[in-house]
Amino acid sequence: MATKAAKSSKSKGATAAKKTATKKTAAKRGRSGPDVASTNRDELLELYREMLLIRRFEEKAGQMYGMGLIGGFCHLYVGQEAVVVGMQAAITEGDTVITSYRDHGHMLATGMEAKGVMAELTGRRGGYSRGKGGSMHMFSQDKGFYGGHGIVGAQVPLGTGLAFAHKYKDEAAVCLTYLGDGAVNQGQVYESFNMAALWKLPVVYVIENNKYGMGTSIERASARTDLYHRGQAYGIPGVQVDGMDVLAVREAGRKAVAHARSGKGPQILEMLTYRYRGHSMSDPAKYRAKEEVQKMRQERDPIERLRGALLDSKVTDEASLKEMDRNVKEIVSEAAEFAQNSPEPDVAELFTDIYAEA
Amino acid sequence: MPIEILMPALSPTMTEGKLAKWLKQTGDAVAAGDTIAEIETDKATMEVEAVDEGVLGKQLVAEGTEGVAVNTPIAVLLEEGEDESALANMNDATPAPAAAAAEAPPAAQAEPQSAPAKSPAAPVAAEPEWDGPTASQSVREALRDAMAEEMRRDPTVFLMGEEVAEYQGAYKISQGLLEEFGAKRVIDTPITEQGFAGIGVGAAFYGLRPIVEFMTFNFAMQAIDQIINSAAKTRYMSGGQISSPIVFRGPNGAAARVAAQHSQCYASWYAHIPGLKVVAPWSAADAKGLLKAAIRDPNPVIFLENEVLYGQSFEVPQSDDWIVPIGKAKVVRPGRDVTIVTFSISVGRALEAAEALAQDGIEAEVIDLRSLRPLDSETVIDSVKRTNRLVTVEEGWPTAGIGAELAALMMEHAFDWLDAPVTRVCGADVPMPYAANLERLALPQVADVVAAAKHVCYAD
Ligand SMILES: Cc1ncc(C[n+]2csc(CCOP(=O)(O)OP(=O)(O)O)c2C)c(N)n1
Ligand SMILES: [Mg+2]
Repeated sequence: MATKAAKSSKSKGATAAKKTATKKTAAKRGRSGPDVASTNRDELLELYREMLLIRRFEEKAGQMYGMGLIGGFCHLYVGQEAVVVGMQAAITEGDTVITSYRDHGHMLATGMEAKGVMAELTGRRGGYSRGKGGSMHMFSQDKGFYGGHGIVGAQVPLGTGLAFAHKYKDEAAVCLTYLGDGAVNQGQVYESFNMAALWKLPVVYVIENNKYGMGTSIERASARTDLYHRGQAYGIPGVQVDGMDVLAVREAGRKAVAHARSGKGPQILEMLTYRYRGHSMSDPAKYRAKEEVQKMRQERDPIERLRGALLDSKVTDEASLKEMDRNVKEIVSEAAEFAQNSPEPDVAELFTDIYAEA
Repeated sequence: MPIEILMPALSPTMTEGKLAKWLKQTGDAVAAGDTIAEIETDKATMEVEAVDEGVLGKQLVAEGTEGVAVNTPIAVLLEEGEDESALANMNDATPAPAAAAAEAPPAAQAEPQSAPAKSPAAPVAAEPEWDGPTASQSVREALRDAMAEEMRRDPTVFLMGEEVAEYQGAYKISQGLLEEFGAKRVIDTPITEQGFAGIGVGAAFYGLRPIVEFMTFNFAMQAIDQIINSAAKTRYMSGGQISSPIVFRGPNGAAARVAAQHSQCYASWYAHIPGLKVVAPWSAADAKGLLKAAIRDPNPVIFLENEVLYGQSFEVPQSDDWIVPIGKAKVVRPGRDVTIVTFSISVGRALEAAEALAQDGIEAEVIDLRSLRPLDSETVIDSVKRTNRLVTVEEGWPTAGIGAELAALMMEHAFDWLDAPVTRVCGADVPMPYAANLERLALPQVADVVAAAKHVCYAD
């Protein structure tokens, strides 16, 4: 129902938005598996491996939360892996990434170590923020990862500011600024869109539309449920992408990043994706039917779809994938081990890192 | 070896729950992510998902069991190639589930903090003596020169805000900067405070040194989330990795006849926040030296100016390197009978009051705090130990204000030296009225300061 309304109003607004190339095409491929023919074997296997690492890491984090080893809020990324893995494959060294609190996947994708991330989840010395940030607040300047932010929408001006800095310093770098379908209704998002377009900042806004902001479905929160055109008023091109297909994500990402890098200004990518788990660990997810989740898992799962395509096209075989699975599990168990054995921060740390020395 | 599946904690408060339903039975194949059981917690019914794959070897807790403690083994999963015989010899081999996290973290035992004793900010360098030439300059010109000098010195410094470039500043603070530094470094923004404050912080994360001008601090309320949650806290949350070397500046406090929404002092709001530095100068020399220090500071600095002071002139050292350290108060008039502590525009009123008091034989010592965080409590305490009396003066409201903070500090550090209760002179506890007579009543006047000082000297 909501989709119909969106379509009719879109065609009405088409003349006004002539210059804004908002597209829905990339999502069309739908059911069919990822198109593996266009990509070389090593790259395909690496994409698969990274998604698997995030999946296994998150499952382990969920388990450790269950054991009381992780506290507070813990938002898992299970189901959405193709988005960060595909986007990360579309950027290069020197580019920057920023997101909200659902950030474990982003950190692993940027190459941050599973150990350091997991140890931050357990609030230990070995964590990326030495135990002071937790699940929602981690950073790695080395990997170009600028957080990890707990205020819904606040990362959007910050990411726009990173892009501003890239441009100011005459770097060819681009900032990927991720936000959710809930965050997209914050006013500061549009303040950022306006300035990014006005100043032609090298930023790609990646909207992870997983259909829910906590317990509120997109239908109940957004007047139009398609989000790729949210930059239309500012002339920012937007594309809707099948966010459960890592290759489709990478392809759309490459185009958007090239556009931003060439000095033409921001781009919006709406990733249609889905989170399998609750909003955070303590969410029983009663606002959606189990069948809905089940259907997504069975039909759209980004890892299973790529796995199927890899096997069908004989890029690899079961045995090699099993071996990879074992390797990934090994990394995750080492991370879990490290995160439990790393000591809590020294009590003197309570008063450090508040001010930088002048 | 078989894997034990433990009763999970499914909320931050859960300690036990009911095993409501088994969804996988003995012998069923289990894949990672499969739901294996339903659990009723203190809040809701939740699902337990498998983390590992295998075959469900045995259910250890029967369906319907209540009060199952978190971390109790509820089932055993057989891995590939294992059969039930593996269950037999596992009892002794399985490590006990980790219980460490259930214990309270020791961090909470840190002793309560008393501000001056344990200020986490770096030690403050002393103010340079100046016996070189000075020239009379308005606060407006001093601020402009501070920015221009720092922009010449450091190409990462830039200025952004509403009307700062082509219009030369809503209050003409940035006069000439666009001409000298160009549109790349002197940037007119749309009217979008939260957005450009956040862009400034993001740029600071990446090593630039933005000066963000708010047309007035009243409008910074639109942006206060970015100032506090992003600029002030990120260094701590990142374990020291990411700093925000940024200055937020603009006029603060009452202007004249602009009523409630345009006349408010935010000093105590920002002074409350660890991770920020807050300065509020009175004289042009301090305005210049402190703004230069703020721009060079690697932390977020809130720089509170005052519209009424912009046109006032003071002697300013003739130097490109005149730096006034943040965190140092200044005794602007020595005296032995009573200490008057204040900042920003109220310094002028306090000096007038001291002049009037002198006529009546009361020698007031006037201290200009200049910085509100870190607050130079040492200078105030030293003075109170000599005068034994303290009057605080500010335009802001009394509740949880700077005066309230100073009173508390005296209780903690100068209690035995006080001969009278600390007395606050504050803005009236009302939104600022428009009518001239009411506005005058709402702001601390010289006569109010005189009366308060006489009161603590028991001379009224
Ligand atoms: C400003 C603000 N308001 C509310 C919250 C509480 N909150 C945290 S996450 C969330 C839902 C956000 O949903 P979405 O943007 O779709 O991201 P997702 O969780 O789906 O990744 C809410 C309301 C917050 N953290 N910040
Ligand atoms: Mg969402």
